[in-house]
Amino acid sequence: MNKVIVVTSGKGGVGKTTTTAALGAALAATGQSVVVVDFDVGLRNLDLVMGAERRVVYDLINVVQGVAKLPQALIRDKRIDTLSLLPASQTRDKDALTEDGVARVIKELRTKFDWVICDSPAGIERGATLAMRFADTAIIVTNPEVSSVRDSDRIIGLLDSKTELAEKGERVEKHILITRYDPARAARGEMLNINDVLDILSLPLLGIIPESEEVLRASNVGTPVTLNDPKSAAAQAYRDAAARLRGQDVPMIVPADRKGLLDKLFGRRAA
Amino acid sequence: MSFLGLFRRRGSAPVARERLQILLAHERSSHGQSDLLSKLRDEILAVVAQHIAVDHDQVRVKLERGDKVSTLDIDIEVPHSAVALAGIR
Repeated sequence: MNKVIVVTSGKGGVGKTTTTAALGAALAATGQSVVVVDFDVGLRNLDLVMGAERRVVYDLINVVQGVAKLPQALIRDKRIDTLSLLPASQTRDKDALTEDGVARVIKELRTKFDWVICDSPAGIERGATLAMRFADTAIIVTNPEVSSVRDSDRIIGLLDSKTELAEKGERVEKHILITRYDPARAARGEMLNINDVLDILSLPLLGIIPESEEVLRASNVGTPVTLNDPKSAAAQAYRDAAARLRGQDVPMIVPADRKGLLDKLFGRRAA
Repeated sequence: MSFLGLFRRRGSAPVARERLQILLAHERSSHGQSDLLSKLRDEILAVVAQHIAVDHDQVRVKLERGDKVSTLDIDIEVPHSAVALAGIR
């Protein structure tokens, strides 16, 4: 297997880091070995979302520059022992990442883990193109909102031209993950619906993560949402997405607006 | 949806969808194009520079897309000194 996945989006704040942590934990919970790699040099956050911010000693740049060996920089998760984190540097600038260095690190990670999940920085600059450079599979995290969809389209163009596979004439496998989906607003026609997004981007859907407070709560306490609140709809959606990555055929659950007329009438009064 | 919804205005999502479709159709064609244009610019500059001294930023290449035909617009600014040297009047 040994798959390198990039979690990317173009636009910031759509849920790349949350997704990386949640999918990483969900895949590792099945017993497969997973490393999540933070490519957001200078603005690292995956360590915080994973709850490992006080355990960072060496980082990706130290490994790229040969200051530290890979095993010294890897942080083993305390909850799931098949899950590891390779943090980004908080101090260096992103030019410290070189293509050769990243190639070397990814190659070594491939030999050690079943899954290598790269959390891309926002934007289309060097950090983002290096995060996708050696990927086999891309997860394009998209909010049902115009600027996010436009940026996803741009990122898809880069995946088709600037990755190693694209340059060899092959294709990076691409999936859309819709996050922060609000079924009530989509039903009222206030938010792009799932089909709108998929029609426009014409890629297969990996999952739909509903907008939920569980996601915020999980990052507050530094635990991937799939571990912190396993019964929540968001955790279920991430687990399903992880199963699809493993090639399983899982029916897609479209989050529904569960509030009926009575809830609407009385729910507001109660609040 | 509650029955009040029937009287409500149609949401803004269809507008978003339409705007995106138009915008992205345009952007997808122009991103592929920019590579071609910069290549053309470099090669045109190389040919012209064999005879006249011109600067890189004095060569502008623009592709105007029309319905049936597109026009390639090449605009090269030639300084007087370069013209004199090359013996062009």
